[in-house]
Amino acid sequence: MTNDIAGIKKADVILIIGSDTSAAHPVISARIKQAVREGKSKLIVIDPKKIVMADYAEIYAAHRPGSDVAVLNCMMHEILKNGWEDKEYIKNRLEGFDEFKAEVMKDKYSPENVEKLSNIPAETLRQISELFGKAKTASLYYAMGITQHTTGTDNVWSTANLQMICGNLGVEGGGVNPLRGQSNVQGACDMGGLPNVYPGYQKVVDEKAQAKFEKAWNCKLDNKVGITVTEIFDAMYDGTLKGLYVMGENPYLSDPDQNHIIKAMERVDFMVVQDMFITETAEYADVILPAAAFAEKDGHFTNTERRVQRINKIIEPPKGVITDWEIIQLIANAMGSDWNYKSVRDITKEINELTPQYAGITWERVGRFGLQWPCPNEEHPGTPYLHKGKFARGKGLLRPIPFKEPDELPDEEYPLILTTGRVLQQFHTGTMSRKTEGLNNLAGPMVMISVDDAERMGISNSEVVEISTRRGEITAPAFVTKRISTGVIYIPFHYKESPANRLTNSAIDPIAKIPEYKVCAAKVQKIN
Amino acid sequence: MIVYLNGKAYEAKPEETVLQLALRNGIYIPHLCYHEKTGKAAKCRACVVEVEGIPGLKTSCNLPVRDGMVVSSKSEKVLQAQRMVVDLALSSGQHDCLSCEQNGNCELQDAAYYLGIERPSFQLYDNDYEVDDSSEFIRVDRSRCISCGRCVEACNKTVVNEVINFGNRGFDTKIVFDNDLPMGTSTCVQCGECMQICPVGCIIDKRSIGSGRNWEFEKVETVCPYCGVGCRLEVHVDRKNGKIIRVNGVEDSPTNNGMLCVKGRFGFDFVNSEERLTTPLIKENGKFREAEWDEAIALVASKFSEIKKEFGSDAIAGLASAKVTNEENFAFQKFIRREVGTNNVDHCARL
Repeated sequence: MTNDIAGIKKADVILIIGSDTSAAHPVISARIKQAVREGKSKLIVIDPKKIVMADYAEIYAAHRPGSDVAVLNCMMHEILKNGWEDKEYIKNRLEGFDEFKAEVMKDKYSPENVEKLSNIPAETLRQISELFGKAKTASLYYAMGITQHTTGTDNVWSTANLQMICGNLGVEGGGVNPLRGQSNVQGACDMGGLPNVYPGYQKVVDEKAQAKFEKAWNCKLDNKVGITVTEIFDAMYDGTLKGLYVMGENPYLSDPDQNHIIKAMERVDFMVVQDMFITETAEYADVILPAAAFAEKDGHFTNTERRVQRINKIIEPPKGVITDWEIIQLIANAMGSDWNYKSVRDITKEINELTPQYAGITWERVGRFGLQWPCPNEEHPGTPYLHKGKFARGKGLLRPIPFKEPDELPDEEYPLILTTGRVLQQFHTGTMSRKTEGLNNLAGPMVMISVDDAERMGISNSEVVEISTRRGEITAPAFVTKRISTGVIYIPFHYKESPANRLTNSAIDPIAKIPEYKVCAAKVQKIN
Repeated sequence: MIVYLNGKAYEAKPEETVLQLALRNGIYIPHLCYHEKTGKAAKCRACVVEVEGIPGLKTSCNLPVRDGMVVSSKSEKVLQAQRMVVDLALSSGQHDCLSCEQNGNCELQDAAYYLGIERPSFQLYDNDYEVDDSSEFIRVDRSRCISCGRCVEACNKTVVNEVINFGNRGFDTKIVFDNDLPMGTSTCVQCGECMQICPVGCIIDKRSIGSGRNWEFEKVETVCPYCGVGCRLEVHVDRKNGKIIRVNGVEDSPTNNGMLCVKGRFGFDFVNSEERLTTPLIKENGKFREAEWDEAIALVASKFSEIKKEFGSDAIAGLASAKVTNEENFAFQKFIRREVGTNNVDHCARL
């Protein structure tokens, strides 16, 4: 998030696009609902599912999955056409406006034409544009509904374009606010758990950064960008990748095109999995190493608003179990290295020294409620919202983003659009949440299907149906509802007995390398 | 601004109430419906005080401070009125402290103790409410409800789930879910906000019943391991048995302001799960066998070293984790970059 959770109530208008907020980020959804209920903010929701948040919205629009760029460009088309943009802000703080404007002002982004692409009525598109464009401060929230597309990067650029031309970046209550889906996904990125950057987003191809880490770690480092998770499994499948070390992840259920993932794991020479449980992925490992749970260790998590917070050891791990960093250190030293961290604090100190954004977030300073990065020194109070007065790169760059269709569209054989996501009561691949029986009683596998489609196929509520795509088939009980658009089905991906990712398309965004979980062609059939 | 409370002068903030001023200065005035999150309610009347120049008694939870105000929360007249209010609350329904889960953590009990009420004085009409056990995680015993309205406020205004309200009138007033449905079949999402804010033993954590007394548990703060909001948890832990008993949201946390979701409040069975791995496993002939740490670590190190030597560093990759700490992710990428010698490190940020 460019902005902070406390600032949610400072927005006059809030736009949610591609986030089932009350299911995936319930406490942030409560903050948004509070703002609406107290009359402080007006809410716009754009989502193919009529999510709970739509019940609180001034305007709700169901768009066709994958038409996000068309919808956002249309909003900007209307905003510029009516002069609702922030002209001062554009002049003083942005660049690339002319090329950007030439794209969004094309006739194909008029409300009438975007109605054909998105299924949102032209009149609704106009209302959305007016409410958003005229707002003094508007904020935008998204989650994987924006990013998990072959056009994920384009979608994100479009949200940034919209917020820039409206002057909503670098202001309290505004912002482009991606909601991070896991307790420490922000921290894992910040700490360089990515193939192209060291901790603090220092690029591996940057010679200065390389020299800095070579000096700090007293070693030679490779300056070539590594491969991403989707490419790792392709390389395992092809046989070029021979060894894989998995720490607390479950690609068997979380990665696209499960059959491909299984074959890749069968082919790799050596795989070690470090986890609390024998996960579905661990079944394919050569060695499994038991690791401590969050409640059994000290350290820090970084949340969606860049807040670095202390986690505290509550109980002792089961006998024989140690923490992840201790295991890593054991392996490093068994390979002949010289690691000598005495406690987790030694690592925190090294993070402070090598990660500029974390320099001031020391063990001693972090306190009960943490600090928000960037926090460049020990006197700095932390940064609730980014880009105040000036963008990180100087001027904000507007980019023309042409609309592109998803990789796989419905056809005669596979006439429906499958989109995937989460439910409130379960989490990711269920390794943690499915151990609580009550949560399983509340939420099991399902396929959400529209009343229109269900009636056409003679499917009744709770009836177990078969769902198939070009990559595989699964069965799940039907949840027949008016809350999903006709022609679209939705399957949560938590369940090994109905694994949505056996069906999903592994086509990826060319830059972000993120798979297109939110759109693929599917069909639903009765079983008998 | 100066306010005189029980004969002593206190510096008051212009926006606060007399109750807030008292509580901020460590002076207890019984209060059952007021909570800092749901705000002034002036319903239970347990917080009445006497103010010089104002006839009768005033509820302190909605009484704004004024400069030079002279307040008494301890005059006999005040205590008598407070005693009557608390005695009536204690007399209605079944407040069986001995077996109540909230014993030692009950605001009605605290008020009765402060006022020296040993047992209820009145025999009131009993509603014979059945316990609502229909929800997976929350138990509702209306015979312990004092109709303070905190849960109604919290459900509607804090978490804005809009499920709880008051139904019926007079003695029959009770909290209801939707149109008086059992909690488990209502639209309740079991976030547990009502449970956390309930001053008595009416709405409680169903699964921690009988697991021990409040004072036996240590309370430790940490951060929720589920989504990325980073809600701060207050975990009640049974040290003797190494078990998590229940979880509350931390009220003054800037991320969650006390709120949690159903997973973040109740979804921690995995920690104490019997399925937890406790020893390394090595696969032999397609089957896992238990191994010592030394053996497992030596095997992993030698395999990675062999692959590195034979096929090069880029033939190895690592998946870091969005569920472990910053320190552990830092150590992991350092291992892959420094010891393995490749940038092939990623995690499920994209998935």
